[in-house]
This record gives sequence, C-alpha cells and structure tokens, in this order.
Amino acid sequence: MAEHPLPERNVAREWLQTMMLIRRFEERAGEMYAKAKVGGFLHLAIGEEATIVGSARAMRDDDYLISTYRSHGHALVRGTDPNGVMAELFGRVDGVSKGRGGSMHMFDLEKRFMGGYGIVGGNLPIAAGFGLASDYLGTEDATLCTFGDGASNQGTFGETMNLAALWKLPVVFMVTNNQFGMGTALERHSAVTDLQVKGEGFGVPGMECDGMDVLDTFHVTQEALRIAREERRPVLVEAITYRFRGHSMADPEEYRTKEQVEEWRKRDPILQWGERLEAEGIVSADEREQFDQDAVAQVDDAVAFADESEMPAPESLYDDVYVLGGQVHGWYSVDERSAGVHKGEDERELAEQHSGSNSDGKSSETGAVPQQMTAAVEAGEDT
Amino acid sequence: MAATAQPQQSTGTRVLRYREALNEALREEMLRDENVMLMGEDIGVFNGAFKVTAGLLEEFGEKRVRDTPISENTIVGMGVGAAMTGLRPVVELMTINFSLLAFDQIVNHAAHIRYMFGGQVSVPLVVRMPQGAGHQLGPTHSHCFEALFLHVPGLLVAVPSTPADAKGLLKAAIRDDNPVIFIEHEYLYGQRGEVPEDDDHLVNFGEAVIRREGSDVTIVGISRMASTAQKAANILSEEHGIEAEVIDPRTLRPLDLDTILASVRKTNRCVIVEEGWPHGGVGANIAALVQEQAFDDLDAPVGRVTGADVPMPYAKNLEQIAFPHEPQVVDAVLATFRDL
Repeated sequence: MAEHPLPERNVAREWLQTMMLIRRFEERAGEMYAKAKVGGFLHLAIGEEATIVGSARAMRDDDYLISTYRSHGHALVRGTDPNGVMAELFGRVDGVSKGRGGSMHMFDLEKRFMGGYGIVGGNLPIAAGFGLASDYLGTEDATLCTFGDGASNQGTFGETMNLAALWKLPVVFMVTNNQFGMGTALERHSAVTDLQVKGEGFGVPGMECDGMDVLDTFHVTQEALRIAREERRPVLVEAITYRFRGHSMADPEEYRTKEQVEEWRKRDPILQWGERLEAEGIVSADEREQFDQDAVAQVDDAVAFADESEMPAPESLYDDVYVLGGQVHGWYSVDERSAGVHKGEDERELAEQHSGSNSDGKSSETGAVPQQMTAAVEAGEDT
Repeated sequence: MAATAQPQQSTGTRVLRYREALNEALREEMLRDENVMLMGEDIGVFNGAFKVTAGLLEEFGEKRVRDTPISENTIVGMGVGAAMTGLRPVVELMTINFSLLAFDQIVNHAAHIRYMFGGQVSVPLVVRMPQGAGHQLGPTHSHCFEALFLHVPGLLVAVPSTPADAKGLLKAAIRDDNPVIFIEHEYLYGQRGEVPEDDDHLVNFGEAVIRREGSDVTIVGISRMASTAQKAANILSEEHGIEAEVIDPRTLRPLDLDTILASVRKTNRCVIVEEGWPHGGVGANIAALVQEQAFDDLDAPVGRVTGADVPMPYAKNLEQIAFPHEPQVVDAVLATFRDL
C-alpha cells in the first residue's frame, strides 16, 4: 500500500468523528432492534466505517452516491440528519423516506444520496443510469455505486460493467468486500476472489484499497473518481473490509470463527485512525473521548427524536404511489373509492331499497374455445 | 368519462399504420423535449425489430437513440436511474416475453421508488414492448402479459389498439411523471387507422373509449381484442339481433371503470375479451370489479373470453385455437342470454 499524505487537520478529525457517529449510530440501532423499536431486517455496517467515510469523502457534493440495504452509514456520511435516519428505522413520519422504506431504503435527494436498495445487485443498473444522465446532460457529476462481494455474482454486475464501459460512463463501482455474501464466504461464492479483476473482461479496470484504512480508501477512490470524471470511463474499486457484526440482526454467525472476527477487530478502522491521529498530534486522547461522547449524544438525540415522531397517518397509505398531474386524467387505484365503499355497502343498501336479489350463481368463465374444447376434454379426446 | 369513438375531425386526420403512429409520437416528443431519449436492442442501425423506431437514429443521432447490448434488466434499470436524474428515457424491449428478464427493475424499482423513498423522486420512464400471438413464434415470443403489469401499484399500463390511440397514449406516457408500461401488439403494427394531425394529440390515461354503441350487452376488449370484439359485435347484430356495446379501456392502470359500469347498467350483461391467460387475468379483475359494483344490474354472470391456459404452441393450427377469435366472443355473449 502506498504511503499517503495525511489530510488537513480539520479534515482528518472530521473523518474520525463521522466514523464514530456511524459506529455509535449502528450500535444504538441494534439496541433499538432488540427492544423492538425497529422492525424488519437490520443490516449494520460496524467494521466498514473506513470504507464508507473514506470513499464518500472523495466525492464532490454534486456527485451521486448509491448504496445497498446496508446504507445507514452512507446516509450519515452524506450529511443526512441522523434524526431522519433513526426515525426511518422506527417507521415514523419524520424518517427520510417517511417511514415507507425502512432500514434498507434510505434516501436523501438533497444530499444526492440516491438510495439504499434491497435487491442484491439491483442498484448497479440504476447507478449506470445516473452516469448516463450526467453524460447526456453534460455535467461534471460522477456516481459512486457501492455493493457487496455477493452482488458481483449477479447478472446485473456483468451487464452493467459492459454497458458502463461501452458508453464510457462516469461511474465508480465500489465492491465492498466484507468477505461474506450473507453467510457464504467469498471463496465459496466466487470463483475469482480477487474481485477487482472481475470487471476487466468487460473493459472496466480494477483498483484495490484497504477498506479498514480511511486514508487509503480516500486516496484510491479519489483517483477512481478522477478517472471517471475526467477520462470519462468507469472504474471498479475493491475495498477489502470486514463486518464485525452478523449479516443482519438475525444471524447466529455459524459460518465464521470468533478467532477470525477477533483478528479483524484488531484492525478496527476507528481505533487505527484515532491512534494514528493521536500519534501525529492531530487529536488528543481527551478529544478522542470527547468525539465519542459527542457521537453518543447525537445518537441519543436521534433516538429521542425518532421516539417522539408520529407514526405515518393511515390516510397517507396511498400517497406517492403515483404522481397526479394535469396530463393524466382519471383516478389511479383500481377503485379510489375503496376506503369507503370497496365492499359495495352503499350499493347493497341502495339495491335493498329497490329490488330483490339475484340467485343465479352459475359460473361463466369462458376459455378461448369454450364449448368445443370443453366438450373435447369431457369426451376424453386428445386435443 | 369515455371518449367518443371517432378521432376529433377538427384538425384533420391522416391514415397511418400503428407502427407509423408510434414512430411519429416518438419523433414529436423528441423534438419537443431534448431530454427524451431512446434505448433498446436494435432500435438504431437496425431501425427496430418491428421498425417502430425507423429513421430516428438518422434524425437524432447516437446520443439520443441508443442501440444497447442484450441486457434487458440493466437497460430498464439504467432507464430508471436516468429518469431519476433528469432524463425521460423510452426503453424498447423487443417482445413482452423479454420483459420478464427486466421484471426486477420494473417492479422493485421503477414502480416502487417514488413510494419507498417517501415521494422524494419520481421515475418518468416509458418501457415499450409488443405482445401477442399469431406469428408462430412459439412459447417464448407470443404471450400477452398485461395482467402481470396490471398487478403492480406504481405503474401505469397502456394497451392501445388503434393507430390514433397508440400515438396519443405514447405521447401522454412520455410526458407523464410516472413509470409507464406501454404494451403494443405485433398484429396491430401493420393495421391502418385515422390519426389526428395535431402535434399535441394526447389520449388521457384512464379514459376508455366506446368503439360501438349498443344496448344489449357490454363487451370489453383488451389490446387487439378490442377489434376482435367489434367484429364479433357486427356478427351478433347481423346474425342474432343482439346489439353489443364495445368498450376499449385503452389503459388498464388507471382503469376507467366508470365507463364500463355505466354501460353494464344499461345493458345488464358483460363479457370481457383478452388474449392473455384466464387465471388472474385482466378479465378476472374487471369481472370482480363489475360484480362488486354492479351486481344488481347484471342479468347474467360476467363472461370471460381468454387465451387458452397453455404456453403458446408453434403449430399454426394449435396457435390459432389458443387465442380468441370472433366465434368465441359470439358464443360467450350468447351464453349470457341462456337459461334466463
């Protein structure tokens, strides 16, 4: 690994603080899950903070970031209010996605955090679409698309690499290699375990970074984004990292040993970066402690905020399924009256006032060639 | 809510083939809005598998008319991403069977993104594709899948059956901020019809058209079956003295149920004709709605005429009996008059 120069003092400190915020946020999210404040699946990024912060800090504000179902950290690193992220986990109206998306579907258009996606590999084509739009509209914006090692086996991976290279799209694809596709180890799910080479056959060159080292991740991603932006071509970056927690909260972790986890924990990205900055005189031990307490306080506030936020109103159930506009006439649900009279109560009442009932209940399903074919089948003929 | 059967005459009309009408819609919308762009397999140099995009590459260039690799799921997914970030992509899939490869992007993303991200972003994407049997293309190129897309909240679904509607609905689809599944029909591509001479000829989604007025039975025909239903209605009139009202919903999402219900309340009988499979089909859906909303207006159970419940066979004779023709529609209508 190349020796990189340290960033400016304030920048180095902010990276540490943001990694700490993500760590504390994820820990508390796990606690809230255990208390049943958070439903569904909860995928924590504990251990992957350097990959998240190092790569996102190499982006410009106008660049697009698109992530996976492990996306709380990606929202936070882009500057999304932790309150909104926690409220989304709680399924509340003040959540970033108004409680519609949950843990796997965070989104913040203003910060150009273009979403967490629940389908493994499903976000790659969309990222290429962002690249296409940037290219088409003639902007300087680049896209950073993160996904896991497991996603590199999806058809969308090869299809998207090919299209991005063919159309010279300004997209950096970052495969976050945390060693496992859910519970299946890398060497058990991918014939090629050096993931950075998996794009080469499609015309996408690979790079590698130490995903446990925020500085290395930053510099490699910065170079990759420069290539994407200036040379107008995609790059695949493999960030080698490890998640310290299970795939989701519902993971007994029978597929790996405690020893392996302990080995990786020695390379804890927050510990490493904090120690280095302290050794360089950029933070003091007291400040590291203070940063951590600040992160805890921010997360406390987020939990309090989420707890106080309202549940989405039941009448909002049908909001935002369609865009209602002047161009489109008519109504959008199968029956917009469904909330009130879907079961036909009103009509039944009216009918009772006016007439008797219809008792003829014979079936009238008619196939393409109803009479002939039915007759043939009944006669045991081979059609 | 229903429109009149004939196109407006005020601006004049021309006779165009269905595919030419679609081509005009694409061209006009591309001229109107520079962020409208096309992607699809062989839509450019090859001019499109069914020639709908003929001449557009030459006119608009490779930036706006893009031949893609054969990667349906990724093409649609790119359309989703581009639509989220400022473009209005129109993606062509060569046949509706190939859309199954893109079902993930269509359902999980195109349809859901606006909702699951709390309304922060919309997906103004059109995915065009032809369907339908009759060309002996066998079980992977001949089906009718409008029911699959009808099932999905978040999508608009158009099934135009005439050149005028093909043009007007496609233009409306491109201008709409919702993802639209635009289902064309291979048999109809060569059919001619009058099309208004108006650059702003739009057909609103959710507006059915009454193709033929009648007082005895309501026939709802989907996609190509709208014309099959009209031919059947003529037979019913000439041979049985039954005057059928034929309704073409034109869009299935939104569905102009009011026009169907108003007709049923007049005729007291309803038969739905579709080319797709019977179980969980469009007809099943409309039949359920009609009996829920107009049970006491019905003098007979709602009838359905559907494609046969089999994969589409290749052999010409088998293929022809696997999708509805006029005689089956006539039989189904007559069945609603029996035993009363």
